[in-house]
Amino acid sequence: MTDIFDIYLLEAMVNGILLGGVLALLALGLNLIFGVIDVTWICYAELVMIGMYGMYYLVQYFGLSYYLAAPITIVMVAALGALLHLLVIAPLLSAPPINQLLATGGVLFVLQSFATVAFGIDFRNLGIRLPVLKFAEMHFSYSRLLAFAAALIGMTLVYFFMKKTYVGTAIRAISQDRQIMALMGVDTRRIYLITSALGGALAGLAACLLVLQYDIHPFVGLSFGPITFLIVVLGGLGNFVGGFVAAFVFAEIISLGGLFSDLEWGYVLAFAFFIVMMFIRPAGLLARRS
Amino acid sequence: MNIRQLLPWIAGAALITLPFVYRDPYHLHILILILIWSFAYTSWSMMGRFGLVSLGHGGFMGVGAYVTALLWNHLGVSPWIGIPIAMVAAAVLAMIVAYPCFRFRITGHYFVLVTLALSGIVLQVITATRDYTGGSLGYTPDRTKGSQLWALQFDDKVTWYLIALGVWAAGLAIWKWVDRSMDRYALEAISEDEDAAAAAGVNVTWEKLKITVISALMTALAGALYCQYQMFISPDTVSGIAVSLQMVFAVIVGGLYVSLGPTVGAIITILLAETLRIGFGTKAVGWDNLVYGVLLVVFIIFLPKGILGSIIDRVKAARRA
Repeated sequence: MTDIFDIYLLEAMVNGILLGGVLALLALGLNLIFGVIDVTWICYAELVMIGMYGMYYLVQYFGLSYYLAAPITIVMVAALGALLHLLVIAPLLSAPPINQLLATGGVLFVLQSFATVAFGIDFRNLGIRLPVLKFAEMHFSYSRLLAFAAALIGMTLVYFFMKKTYVGTAIRAISQDRQIMALMGVDTRRIYLITSALGGALAGLAACLLVLQYDIHPFVGLSFGPITFLIVVLGGLGNFVGGFVAAFVFAEIISLGGLFSDLEWGYVLAFAFFIVMMFIRPAGLLARRS
Repeated sequence: MNIRQLLPWIAGAALITLPFVYRDPYHLHILILILIWSFAYTSWSMMGRFGLVSLGHGGFMGVGAYVTALLWNHLGVSPWIGIPIAMVAAAVLAMIVAYPCFRFRITGHYFVLVTLALSGIVLQVITATRDYTGGSLGYTPDRTKGSQLWALQFDDKVTWYLIALGVWAAGLAIWKWVDRSMDRYALEAISEDEDAAAAAGVNVTWEKLKITVISALMTALAGALYCQYQMFISPDTVSGIAVSLQMVFAVIVGGLYVSLGPTVGAIITILLAETLRIGFGTKAVGWDNLVYGVLLVVFIIFLPKGILGSIIDRVKAARRA
């Protein structure tokens, strides 16, 4: 009896790690935008949702292959991110932070209802069913393995972009001191725009990966949006490494909680854990104690 | 007494006599909804006006509605006792989350996201305990035969209209009461600069906690009333992040810093939703939220004080000129 139980436990733990990869990707995008522009995009998961619809239509209606549709979707969502910055965030840069937060909350409504109006509320899926990998009596879906690998590659690319290129260096510099960089001759507006597009691109990549696991509907963003915010806050807003660690902690809690009871209880546990952690480490998991 | 002091009394009397003169049930229904939601939005802005932006009020509203209904259905506890219990439950929940937040000075973005987690928890708990709460399919309090004062169930709209009117007026009275108290100055100082306020001798944690508990109590009452009036609740209509955002949206549109702002917000949003529903029929699904969302963004960018707030500013400026 205990043997079988341990196999399930191990399977749930591995699945948790696989889920954590995609969550870490989303957390990275949000952290990037927060770290540089000092804005939280409440509508971030809705960008993913739009990207998922993009994948659906590209594959189902235009008959493109998955691997051709994915780059197009990433570019499209990146453009959407840049547009969001130009239309909503740029006019509000000097407004109180709460107003920026609420404005992106408004965009959340807009994107959700736009999807409802344009695509209807039916559940759709890509129709691609990837095989299931059997390994030592455990079952893992290829879609999750692919998502995990692609998320890691995406994060590595962003890492090298930030470390090796001029624009990446400028982005990191701005996240350290917003005022001084403008005096150093860096065009902050351009950097903000690039960062927003990059954040959008990460959302687009997440969309390409999540579309393999989730059915698409206008409210699909709610099933991973709130959890992403909690991850980012738990890791410390703007703290890339913290967000990465927190993503895996959360994914494990959800996955293991779901093993012992319903999936909802996994979420309840994760939320409760978050609130408790906020009191123990209010500035994030990896923050130094002042 | 001059005309300005008399005006609220005249308006109040007119509102009370209205249902006895004009009895169209559909219009009364809309008015009742406007009054209940106005009260909920007023409760939210009790905190919101002092910079305490909460996205957890969907949670408080859900607790108010579900605790009342569950106590009635499973234990036969009358809503007259159930509603106070539900309100206390919401207040306790608010204290559990808010006290450490304020104690450890979690403010701004962090506070918004912590409260967001709270409404997420309440929504998930309601869905997860579907054996008792009906989950996402919704929940109906057991009906009594005809109107029963004990069960707080009434068939005629006039009674409900008067109840909703009374609660709404009480909400405005609480707003006025806070407005005149010393706490208002303390909280305004805190929202400007916490450190300076603390240095000036304001007990920051205590002041914030007080207004949060008041706000949570009122929001739970709004949820319970909505439940008793509609006789149907679902996680989507009384709890969760969407409801929290809806509160923020209506208040921002109406005007956050004036007592009647949330009411104006409720009138605008509900009339908008109804007009779209009648105009487009079933095709309206999604359109109302699309218009809401665009308006919310436009308002925050161009008219952050809301409709009523901006009008009052204009009138004051014109008087001075």
